[in-house]
Amino acid sequence: MLGELGEEAKVLAGGQSLIPLMKLRLARPSALVDLNHIPRTAYIEPHNGQIRIGAMTRHADIEDSPAAARIPILHDCAAGIADAQVRNMGTIGGSVAEADPHGDWAPVLMALGAEVECIGPGGARTVPVSQFIKDAFTTTLGPAELVREIRVPSAGARSAGAYIAFKRCAPVYPTDSAAVEVRMLDDDFCEDAAVVLGSVGLTPVVVAEAASALRGQAITPHAIRRAAEAAMSAAEPQADLRGSVEYKRLLVGVLTERALLAALARARGEHVEVTHEYVGR
Amino acid sequence: MSAANKRVRIRLTINGASRELEIEPRRLLVELLREDLDLTGTHIGCDTTYCGACTVLLNGRNVKSCTVFAVQADGGEITTVEGLEKDGKLDAVQEAFAECHGLQCGYCTPGFLMSTRALLSRVAHPTDAQIRKGIAGNTCRCTGYQNIFKAVRAAAGGAGK
Ligand SMILES: Cc1cc2nc3c(=O)[nH]c(=O)nc-3n(C[C@H](O)[C@H](O)[C@H](O)COP(=O)(O)OP(=O)(O)OC[C@H]3O[C@@H](n4cnc5c(N)ncnc54)[C@H](O)[C@@H]3O)c2cc1C
Ligand code: FES
Ligand code: FES
Repeated sequence: MLGELGEEAKVLAGGQSLIPLMKLRLARPSALVDLNHIPRTAYIEPHNGQIRIGAMTRHADIEDSPAAARIPILHDCAAGIADAQVRNMGTIGGSVAEADPHGDWAPVLMALGAEVECIGPGGARTVPVSQFIKDAFTTTLGPAELVREIRVPSAGARSAGAYIAFKRCAPVYPTDSAAVEVRMLDDDFCEDAAVVLGSVGLTPVVVAEAASALRGQAITPHAIRRAAEAAMSAAEPQADLRGSVEYKRLLVGVLTERALLAALARARGEHVEVTHEYVGR
Repeated sequence: MSAANKRVRIRLTINGASRELEIEPRRLLVELLREDLDLTGTHIGCDTTYCGACTVLLNGRNVKSCTVFAVQADGGEITTVEGLEKDGKLDAVQEAFAECHGLQCGYCTPGFLMSTRALLSRVAHPTDAQIRKGIAGNTCRCTGYQNIFKAVRAAAGGAGK
């Protein structure tokens, strides 16, 4: 159907990005195809060592899910996006397809090594989120292709992550954010790590140097500091109403350090709650 | 006639009454409520998905009706502020806002009432942090939020004052 309607047609998921853009006439789709009444598009299911999340699953449903209780970084993200009203409508598929540089899901899903399943006239294909997102507001989706599902690898026993975003108030996008995932051998020794930053580049910034400051090391305050410093150098923030380049760079260091400490505590089996921070929370 | 102008038929249950409606696909839920159905208790504050004055319940969950196409709600149940009162009796949330002076000009109030109703249906006895989070998508220009917060606490059965 999308193929027949032509390139200017779009699909409508939660509408929480698309409707505001249409009101501003920044988006003028020639036709909208509503996905809201298609059965079996909203689900969270374990499958072959993965958690599979249907594209139309609302942020609020992920927030309250057993999967998010087991993989708390999913909860950190879902529970903090915008406000209750936006979370009740907005979907994970729409968020990934939108590829907003300030969006929350992309950095979290990249830290988790998640994949996107796309379907189109040519059949289905699966791509890592890191390859799916090409540029600001640009993905590898073809004009008649849809996001069907997000696939998150299930967490191992000593794996844990954390996501912290800072924003100025609830119904706005983050100023900066940091997603951290660690796999530990024991309480101190880190086998593998991923650090991905949101809002400080056109796409999420994967900080390879932060990962190498942690991988194969005993985690000391020094190693944590080095990872945070690597995040600060990798960030490419733009000055805007949310803050200056210097401010955003400092903030990224703080968020990385705090997310890392939360992830390490969770890997030790501690219950730690983190989410989006804002004044008045 | 282009697809954009072709009217479509949807069915909604609004405040308990089932309605069949013929609307333009581009009709926003808030326009349908206010302009077609004269349910003007739902306000428009910003029309940019920020302020929450337009908050209604869609299948029991609070949403910003300025950012929902009516067709997205097809088959669903809508509750507006007009639907809170039952048999001439105000809802506990309305009582609490009146009791605790949880409003001044009242412009934001329908939205706060609906977000509070949604929160309390989900969590009967919310913590202070859950209350703050539950109403974070609603903006009030008058009260400074303290009395709104007390009202939500009182509605949840805690000591409001
Ligand atoms: C006030 C406000 C604050 C917000 N704050 C945040 C925030 O802090 N963090 C954050 O991450 N997000 C935020 N959002 C955005 C929100 O999370 C959106 O819900 C999300 O980005 C888009 O999801 P949607 O389902 O609403 O998509 P829609 O708005 O319906 O669609 C967005 C785009 O994706 C396309 N699309 C949707 N679904 C699919 C699919 N399955 N396959 C292919 N293409 C698809 C659409 O055609 C459209 O181009 C905010 C939104 C608002 C209004
Ligand atoms: S009028 Fe809908 S959020 Fe302000
Ligand atoms: S009472 Fe006036 S805006 Fe809230």
